[in-house]
Amino acid sequence: MYKIVKKEKLAEDIDRFYIKAPLIARKVKAGQFVIIRINEDGERIPLTIAGYNRSNGIISIVSMKVGKTTALLSSLKEGDSILDVVGPLGNASEIENFGRVICVGGGVGVAPIFPIARELKKTGNYIISIIGARSKDLLILKEEMEDTSDELYICSDDGSIGYHGFVSDFLKEYLEKNLTGNAYKRKDKRITRIIAIGPALMMASVAGVTRPFNIKTIVSLNSIMVDGTGMCGACRVEVGGKTKFVCVNGPEFDGHQVNFGLLLSRQKIYCDQEKECMDIYEHKCRLDK
Amino acid sequence: MIEKINRKRQKKEKIPRVAMPEQDPEKRNKNFNEVTLGYTEGNALREASRCLQCKNPECIGGCPVEIDIKGFIKLIQEKKFNEALEKIRERNSLPAICGRVCPQEDQCEKVCILGIKDDPVAIGRLERYVADRELKRKAEGVKECAWSEVTKQCAREKIAIIGSGPGGLTCGSELAKLGYRVTVFEALHESGGVLVYGIPEFRLPKEIVKREIDYVKSLGVKIEVNMVIGKILTIDDLFKEGFRAIFISTGAGLPYFMGIPGENLNGVYSANEYLTRSNLMKAYKFPRCDTPIIRGDKVAVVGGGNVAMDSARVAKRLGAKHVYLIYRRSEEEMPARNEEIEHAREEGIEFKLMASPVEIIGKDGWVHKIMCIKMKLGEPDDSGRRRPVPLEGSEFNIVVDAVIMAIGQGPNPLLTSTIPRLELTRWGNIKADLVTGKTNVEGVFAGGDIVTGAATVILAMGAGKNAARAIDEYIRTGIW
Repeated sequence: MYKIVKKEKLAEDIDRFYIKAPLIARKVKAGQFVIIRINEDGERIPLTIAGYNRSNGIISIVSMKVGKTTALLSSLKEGDSILDVVGPLGNASEIENFGRVICVGGGVGVAPIFPIARELKKTGNYIISIIGARSKDLLILKEEMEDTSDELYICSDDGSIGYHGFVSDFLKEYLEKNLTGNAYKRKDKRITRIIAIGPALMMASVAGVTRPFNIKTIVSLNSIMVDGTGMCGACRVEVGGKTKFVCVNGPEFDGHQVNFGLLLSRQKIYCDQEKECMDIYEHKCRLDK
Repeated sequence: MIEKINRKRQKKEKIPRVAMPEQDPEKRNKNFNEVTLGYTEGNALREASRCLQCKNPECIGGCPVEIDIKGFIKLIQEKKFNEALEKIRERNSLPAICGRVCPQEDQCEKVCILGIKDDPVAIGRLERYVADRELKRKAEGVKECAWSEVTKQCAREKIAIIGSGPGGLTCGSELAKLGYRVTVFEALHESGGVLVYGIPEFRLPKEIVKREIDYVKSLGVKIEVNMVIGKILTIDDLFKEGFRAIFISTGAGLPYFMGIPGENLNGVYSANEYLTRSNLMKAYKFPRCDTPIIRGDKVAVVGGGNVAMDSARVAKRLGAKHVYLIYRRSEEEMPARNEEIEHAREEGIEFKLMASPVEIIGKDGWVHKIMCIKMKLGEPDDSGRRRPVPLEGSEFNIVVDAVIMAIGQGPNPLLTSTIPRLELTRWGNIKADLVTGKTNVEGVFAGGDIVTGAATVILAMGAGKNAARAIDEYIRTGIW
């Protein structure tokens, strides 16, 4: 049992949970994830680690209510426990002094991008962050990102805050402004790496935007998993024409090599069942009320 | 006088091997309850009476963990069922499991003297009977047995075991009996390894596994779940924490795919995933349990081993109207146990033999058809089995909505890749002495599928047992 020591509402349907998991907190690195199971009948879902404190043994995860498992998670309160938390899983992000790095976070993807941005900043990188959400109310971790970034740009799909449009649209404009024409000649403006985390479609768009600029673009893939240790292959994706397991070969890959069409298709395998499960759960919740 | 003759005749009359009561195939292929129902006391006594109590019993040598088979059957004949169980447990801590899933026909029963002219004694069924009898009696809760007292008093060196499958559990219980403080680390949320994620409920009920593991725990073995060694702790961390020796028994946890086009389509599973969803995650109870699984109308399973049979029979129980088992050789070459092949056939699994998939054809991202090519048998290969050769131009399609790849599992590199100094074979298996389990790293032993490649429960148990002896010797003498 893993105790929730603190719960924070970050936005409507988005919560941050601080969980006591000393052994995981001791080993985890930015970019890794945990798999949780909430109760005996529950499924196993992966969640990227959003923060950790080695000295007090606490890790944090951010979850948005989208299906039954995340709804169950969201129903838990401070002091409650999660039955199983396994980790740290997957490979850590590559952290070194790359120079100028753009961190792109969309929706709840801002949560996992935060510890990566923080580590990159510590290593001496110049951090340009572009974060976005559907609307102002759904934007998360703005303050944290402000603190770890040298430049921070905010986008919203509906224009309620910052740039009106997708993060990928803003990124395109930013790169065009800073990297083409005379600007490109200025070495100090050169972007050496881009890291994008968010919905698969967003990461696909970002990779599309950066490809003509030939900038290394890292994405963190969010495929369906079961064990998270390379045992089942549920999470397989195609990278550079080869099959890879996100859980052990990833979760980060070269965005220009990822077959996003396959990822999007495989993410929808259990759409109908997930809906059925959620309907039953919501019906039960209404009855309980 | 006539009476006397009759009695003599009766005495000479052969008792046939007592059949195992089973659920009717047409009923059982729609439920997940255990297929075989187990002997009654009468069945067991009758079967035990067939044992000749040979002076030089062959059966014991046929058992990878050397159970005193003659001894425990004698005790059954005397109706001393508890003593019979204790006799088995001297050598084997998981009798209810072994009685069910051991390939006895290739081991103890293969060398049974009765088997020369008649059917061998049903050793496995008898083993299961005495184990089940005890488990039923103890269903209310496990009492600490005398062994754990031994453990507490001795409190000897700490030993770490990685993986709580049959190999790890056996090694752990043997070491606990010797007084060592054993901790078993399990990556999943439940202990048992392949016994819980792989072998289906209808062949090995999880309640049985749970109770056997409770017995192992009662010996003083500590099991820590959710511990992916290599990630949360490394081998060196374990040594630093005071573990004097480590036994790696992480199994064959890497699914193989064929490398044919279409394998990443929605609806294509590795057998590992399909069985893990169904067994460990209880997807067959969806939506009562949250883990989903695709319930296809027409399902193809590729492979001819026990895992393929298990997958096919799960698919049938999940409601598939047609389950095709595609195997590239003939039934004779199938590596699955005969009993499993028979059970699968009885339950309506359709065998497509001498055929091999060449492509999975999709429609809107989902599996639609599987294209196969017919095979003929050529010259024998290294394994002695005749090599299948494709018949050019013989391609044919089967319309399916799910495909399960059950063509084997390899060694999972997650742990071994974190120990660069550990020697591996070119397939990624750990190089270890097959008798002692010693690897090239001092204090590190390995056994089971991670060393041998995918094999059986009992072979992993044998390896665990041997390693326990070697670990004890290493700790006592300090000699590597």
